[in-house]
Amino acid sequence: MTSAITVSVLMTLIAASTPLLLAALGELVAEKAGVLNLGVEGMMLCGAVAGFAVAFSSGSIVLGLAAAALAGMAAAMIFGVLALSLGANQVATGLALTIFGTGASSLIGAGFVGRTVERLGPIFPAALSEHPVLRLVFGQDILVYLSLALVACVAYFLRRTRAGLILRAVGENDASAHAIGYPVIAIRYAAVAFGGALAGLGGAYFSLALTPMWADRLTAGRGWIALALVVFSAWKPGRLLLGAYLFGAVMTLELQAKAAGVNWLAPEVLAMAPYLATIAVLTMMSLGRRTGRLDAPACLGKPFSAP
Amino acid sequence: MLEWRRRREPSMAMLWLSPLIAIGLTMLAGMLVFTAMGYDGFHAVGSIFVTPFVESQRWADIGVKAAPLVMIALGLAIGFRANVWNIGAEGQYVMGAVAGTGVALLTYDMTGWWILPAMALAGILGGMAWAAIPALLRVKLQVSEILTSLMLTYVAVQLLYYLVRGPWKDPGGFNFPQTRMFTADQTLPAVMEGSLVHIGIPAALVIAVVAWLLMEKTTAGYAVKVVGLAPAAARHGGFSAARTTWATMLLGGGLAGLAGLFEAAGPFGQLTPQFPVGYGFTAIIVAFLGRLNPLGIVFGGIVLAGTYVGGEIAQSTVRLPQAATGLFQAMLLFILLATDVLVKWRLVRKRRAA
Repeated sequence: MTSAITVSVLMTLIAASTPLLLAALGELVAEKAGVLNLGVEGMMLCGAVAGFAVAFSSGSIVLGLAAAALAGMAAAMIFGVLALSLGANQVATGLALTIFGTGASSLIGAGFVGRTVERLGPIFPAALSEHPVLRLVFGQDILVYLSLALVACVAYFLRRTRAGLILRAVGENDASAHAIGYPVIAIRYAAVAFGGALAGLGGAYFSLALTPMWADRLTAGRGWIALALVVFSAWKPGRLLLGAYLFGAVMTLELQAKAAGVNWLAPEVLAMAPYLATIAVLTMMSLGRRTGRLDAPACLGKPFSAP
Repeated sequence: MLEWRRRREPSMAMLWLSPLIAIGLTMLAGMLVFTAMGYDGFHAVGSIFVTPFVESQRWADIGVKAAPLVMIALGLAIGFRANVWNIGAEGQYVMGAVAGTGVALLTYDMTGWWILPAMALAGILGGMAWAAIPALLRVKLQVSEILTSLMLTYVAVQLLYYLVRGPWKDPGGFNFPQTRMFTADQTLPAVMEGSLVHIGIPAALVIAVVAWLLMEKTTAGYAVKVVGLAPAAARHGGFSAARTTWATMLLGGGLAGLAGLFEAAGPFGQLTPQFPVGYGFTAIIVAFLGRLNPLGIVFGGIVLAGTYVGGEIAQSTVRLPQAATGLFQAMLLFILLATDVLVKWRLVRKRRAA
């Protein structure tokens, strides 16, 4: 491969990894607080359609991104009310959220199918962002840099700050955290809201950056892969970054196969690859684990009601 | 002032009333949402929730759509009871249709009464095989069946695309991505001559009754419930969680596979890329609306099938987009989960301490 092709394959890989990284990082924080929100795919679709609709009608991509984060957060709040306040089963509520996001985005997006918006572009001046090699570093859009910065921020927050310690305590032992006087439900709401905002941005990455055109169900199950990535990461932000980029590589297999001159594989087989890889990775994680619980937060998925 | 009090025991009355309350509230919420979106909300909800049930010429269509929903939901609900979260029924449904279609293509130039049963058997086995993968991974390696069963749905759909665009493409089909039409011996017979009602509909009802007997009257059904409610007690009582996982996953996969085959050999009559319509996901709503009870699921299946039929009516009467049906179904599940709070809690008037 020539360096121009290598650079362009890497650019595509980064673009494919970014929405996964955003959504998975948000879910990681929610799960660290003990909440299993299976609605990532639904929140991504809400963000994708809200971002597109606002960017399309206002002409401002920044407003679109803000709307995406807010829509993801609003969807997460529905989950919060049902699963956190009313104590509904988290698995059922998360599934409901995904079905809801799919329906809502199809309905709102019905009028936008095939419409286009201006693509989310690089933030650095053209001299840097269009340089044949340096564009790898300087040619990215704001969400790529944001996602990488957030990995560092979340890692620092969880490991080094008092608030992060409290959040982890809520996820590891909600009853004790409550007994010490921490507002378990409020902290979980905050964590779920953060997860929703990042999932919304991850979804908007599809509709505003990857293909700046509306298509129904354009996230194609990436929200579920993000959930698997959190397991893969063993709830550690650094490993999550690695996992997201590995999966980005698998998802761009089709393009890479073309670049490498492989054309005997059916496109459908390449389209299956990310999902098969997810199963393979989850299996290997289980084979390789030493402890019984895969390092999951102890209260993950369990409802909490103050005694 | 009112306040929430936890009931000493879950209310059985509320357990069965909350789906009805949820349906009522969903109709109200639907009116508001669709009106806010600029449609005629009142008539939209009427078209979706009332018209299909009052116009008798729609009943056959409701039955056709309810049959797969009920069959899939029965299998899922038994799993959910045992805390086995198979959410990849859509993939098992597709694989059942794929396996059955494989038999149909092999027997294309044959005749005989045995062809359709062979296709049905292949459909069941296809769905079971697809469900066996998450079952194996969960039992042997504790891999979450939620994620694996869902991932396999995407794989199944891609496999379907590959087959209908490639090796299984109808040679006489003007290059359209679809298989041959099934022959008369490969198609589900109609219950009444010239009607849409195929034998899959009575079959679904019979399976529901059998599932009810299984869950309520047998030790196996009891084991499923104990494993789900009290895993520790189940171990103590000698009920194996691994065996329950296997049994419920295979049952769910088999029923979804059979439903897929019925759909392929019934309404579709061939395989096309449009085959996966999301019944496997809607069946999750059916299972919850039916309180994970086989007879309740028949009711839930009819309601959700009605929303599909009604959604089509609303497309022509108030020009509501087809996607509104999905949103409506999701709202129903949300509101149901919310009204379920009434099962464990009750509203009482707050007493002031003197």
